[in-house]
Amino acid sequence: MLNNKIPSGPLAEKWTHHKFSSKLVNPSNKRKYDIIIVGTGLAGASAAASLAELGYNVQAFSYHESPRRAHSIAAQGGINAAKNYPNDGDSIYRLFYDTIKGGDYRSREANVYRLAEVSNNIIDQCVAQGIPFAREYGGLLDNRSFGGAQVSRTFYARGQTGQQLLLGAYSALVRQMNTGQVKFHPRHEMLDLVMIDGEAKGIVTRNLITGEIQSHSANAVVLATGGYGNAFFLSTNAMASNATAIWRAYKKGAFFANPCITQIHPTCIPVASDHQSKLTLMSESLRNDGRVWVPKKKGDKRHPTEISEDERDYYLERLYPSFGNLVPRDVASRRAKEMCDLGHGVGETGLAVYLDFADAIERMGKDVVVQKYGNLFDMYKQITGENPYEIPMRIYPAVHYTMGGLWVDYNLMSTIPGLYILGEANFSDHGANRLGASALMQGLADGYFILPHTIGDYLSGKLGEAVSIENDAFSKTETDVKNRIDNLLSINGNRTVDDIHKELGLILWENVGMARNKSGLEMAIESIPKLKDEFWKNVKITGTADELNPELEKAGRVADFLELGELMARDALNREESCGGHFREEHQTKENEAKRNDEEFSYVAAWEHKGESLPAELHKEELIFENVELTTRSYK
Amino acid sequence: MKVILKVWRQNNAESQGAFETYPVENVSGDMSFFEMMDMLNDQLVLDGKTPIAFDHDCREGICGTCGLFINGRAHGKIRAITTCQLHMRSFEDGETIVVEPWRAKAFPVIKDLIVERTSFDRIMQAGGYVSIKTGGTPDANAIPIAKRNADESMDAASCIGCAACVATCKNSSAMLFVAAKVSQLSLLPQGQPERVERAINMIAAMDEEGFGNCTNTGACEIECPKEISISHIGRLNREFLKASLKG
Repeated sequence: MLNNKIPSGPLAEKWTHHKFSSKLVNPSNKRKYDIIIVGTGLAGASAAASLAELGYNVQAFSYHESPRRAHSIAAQGGINAAKNYPNDGDSIYRLFYDTIKGGDYRSREANVYRLAEVSNNIIDQCVAQGIPFAREYGGLLDNRSFGGAQVSRTFYARGQTGQQLLLGAYSALVRQMNTGQVKFHPRHEMLDLVMIDGEAKGIVTRNLITGEIQSHSANAVVLATGGYGNAFFLSTNAMASNATAIWRAYKKGAFFANPCITQIHPTCIPVASDHQSKLTLMSESLRNDGRVWVPKKKGDKRHPTEISEDERDYYLERLYPSFGNLVPRDVASRRAKEMCDLGHGVGETGLAVYLDFADAIERMGKDVVVQKYGNLFDMYKQITGENPYEIPMRIYPAVHYTMGGLWVDYNLMSTIPGLYILGEANFSDHGANRLGASALMQGLADGYFILPHTIGDYLSGKLGEAVSIENDAFSKTETDVKNRIDNLLSINGNRTVDDIHKELGLILWENVGMARNKSGLEMAIESIPKLKDEFWKNVKITGTADELNPELEKAGRVADFLELGELMARDALNREESCGGHFREEHQTKENEAKRNDEEFSYVAAWEHKGESLPAELHKEELIFENVELTTRSYK
Repeated sequence: MKVILKVWRQNNAESQGAFETYPVENVSGDMSFFEMMDMLNDQLVLDGKTPIAFDHDCREGICGTCGLFINGRAHGKIRAITTCQLHMRSFEDGETIVVEPWRAKAFPVIKDLIVERTSFDRIMQAGGYVSIKTGGTPDANAIPIAKRNADESMDAASCIGCAACVATCKNSSAMLFVAAKVSQLSLLPQGQPERVERAINMIAAMDEEGFGNCTNTGACEIECPKEISISHIGRLNREFLKASLKG
C-alpha cells in the first residue's frame, strides 16, 4: 500500500534519472497553478522562493509576523556538505554513509544519498546569496567537525548559522514578495487542511490579530511547519513551535511516520526551576574543543576546579576512544543520563555533567576560544550567572528535534495526493538519529533543490484544474474549525493551558524520553487520554475568539499535542528494539549500547488515523539496504 | 522576591491604552523576565482576567520577536541582550518595573505590548537581497573573500530585526537596521552588482514607512542586543551618497 516511489537503478544515478523521468510543467503554464506553503522557516521559505522563481503563484503562511522569526533561526552550529574542501577524504558517498549510519539504519538509502548529493549545491547557493560564512585568511571557506563524522565538513557562520541561512532564504523570499509572485500572510495560523475528492486543495486559517477564520484554495499544499518537540513542554524549540498543521493533516489521512523517534540533544543548559519555560541549547560544536566529565566519586559536591585531574571521569573519552567527545547525540545524551542516574551528576539538582574548556583555552589561547564560541559563552553566562571561561559549563540533555514526522515518498508527497511535507515536519532522512548540522542541510535541500523538481510531476496532471473556496469542503472545514474554537472557549474550567501541558510534558519525558520501557509506555498510553479528557473538561481560557488571544492559540496546539503524545507512546511500545534516539531498556547490549533488531524492525512505522474512537493502524514500509551493510554502530 | 509591574494595556490598535499595576510575588532570581510574566498571566487567567499579550518565541535571544521597553530602556538595562534573556536577578526585591511596548509611528500597537513591525519586511523587499535564483551558482570557493571583510559583514548580518534601535531612537529612525543589511552586502563581492539600487531603494522604503532621520546620537548602538556598531551607518551614508551621485 505504501509506495515510496524510490526510482530503480544504481544509488548514485537514482536522483538524476528521477528528475529526467518526472513530468514537467511548461514554463508558461506554471503561472496557472497556485501553491500554498505553510511555514516559512528554512524549508518553507526556500521552497516558496524557489517555486515562485519558477513562475508558480505562491501563497505563504506563518503564525509569525515575519518569515525571519521562524525557529530555524536558532540553529547554531552549522550545515554539512560533502565539499571536501579540507582535503580530508570526504565525498558524497561518505556523507551519505555517515548519515545512514548515524541514523542507525532506519532511513532510506535513496533519500539520504540524494541529500548528500545536493548538499554541495546548498553551500554554493547560500554563498551566492551573500551569507557571510566563516572564512580562512586566504579568503576561502572554513570548516569544522561535528558529532558522528571523522571529517570536517561543517560550514558555519559563527554560532549563528541557522540565522544566516534563514535570512538568506528570507532574502530570496522577500524578493519574490516584492514582485508579487509570493503573497505572504503574516500572523495566520493553519487550523485545518481542506480535502476535495481525497486530495489536498486548501487550508483554513485563523488571523491571529482579528480572529477571522478564512479559507484559501490551491492546486497543492506544502507543509513546512517544523517538529513537535514541544509535546514535551520543555524543549529547545521556540515557544510557539507546534504540531497542529501536521496533526490536522494526519487526521485527514496523512500517515505519521516514526512518531516516537525524537532527539534528545546532549548539550543544553540544565533545568533551573519549576517555572522553566524552555531549554536553551549550547551548540554541539562545543564538543569539538570542550571535554565532558563528571567526578569519579558519587555525590561529589566540591567546586569543579577543586577536583583534580585524576578524580575526574572523562567518560566519553574513556568509553569511546576513537570518537571521544564527538560521539553522536543519542549516545552522548544517554551516557550523560546514565552518569547522573549513577549519582555522578553535578550542580544543585545532580542532573548535569561538566563541559570543560580549560584545556582548550590553554591549547588555543582564550582569544581563539572567544572567536569560535564567544556568543555561546555569553549566552551561558547570561542564563546561569556563571562564567564558563573560569568554571566548566554544566550541561544536560534536552528534547531538541523530532526525526519522526509525516510520512513522505521520494517526491516528498504524503499519503494525501497534493500534500507535500518538507523539513523537520517530514520523517524522511535522519532515520533514528539526526547528526549535527544535518537539519539545516535537509530543510534547504527539500526547499531549494528537491520540491521544485518533484512537485511538477503531480501538478502536470492537474492542468486546468480550478479550485475555489466556493466548494462546500471549505465551508464545512471552516465550521469544524469554528466549533472547535467555541468548544475550547466554553469549557471555562480551573486549569491553565500551560498547567496541563506541563503535566503532559512530564509524562512524556519520564516515559517516552531518553530511555523507555514497556510498563512506562503502557502507563503513558493509559494516562495521556485521561489527561486529554481533563483538558477538554477543565481547561480555562479567557478572552474571545474575535481578538488576539494567545491563550486560545496555545490551547489549540496543546489539544493536538495531547493526541500526538499518545501516538508517540504507542509507536515506542511497538518498536521492540533500540535504535538511535529510541532506546528501549529491554533491548541493550552488555555495554549498555542500543541493540537493534534488524530482522523484525527494519521498517518505517507509518500510522494511519482511523477515527476518534479507534486506535491508529500501523503500516510498515520495509527499509531495503542494497549499498550499505547494517552493522552495529561503533564509535569506540 | 516581589516586584511591582506597571504594564501598558491596550485592547487593540484603535483603543486608548493605559498603565495597570500588578504586584507579583514568589519571583525567583533564576526566572527569566518572561517566566515571571508567564506566572503572572497564569494567575490572571485563573482570576478570569485577560492575560497580558507580549511577543516572544525563541526565548534565547535570536529570533528578534520579543522587545519590551523596561524602565525606559529597550530590552532592559543590561547591554547586549534581548528581553527574553533578561533574568529577574537583575532586579531588586520590591522594585517597581515599568513595562511598555516599542513606541514608534511605524510600529502601531496591536495589543498590550505587541506592535506591528511588518514595515521592516517591506524595507527588506526594497533591496535587502542579492537577485539570484535557486541553482546555477558558482562553486562556493570560486568567490574568495578576505576574512576581514567576511567578519565585518557577519557583524552587520547578525542583526535580529528586533527594532530596539528604532524604539530607542528619539527620531524613531531605522538607520541602524537598514545600515546592517546594506553594509553586510556592500562588504561582499556578491553585493556589488546591485549596490547602487540597494542603497537608494532601501532608504526610500524606510522614509516611506514613516521612520525618522538619523541625527547620530548613537543610542541605537547602545541598545542593540547584537552590539551592531553605528560605523555601519557611516558606511550606509557613504553608499547612499555615492549611489545618489551615480543615480
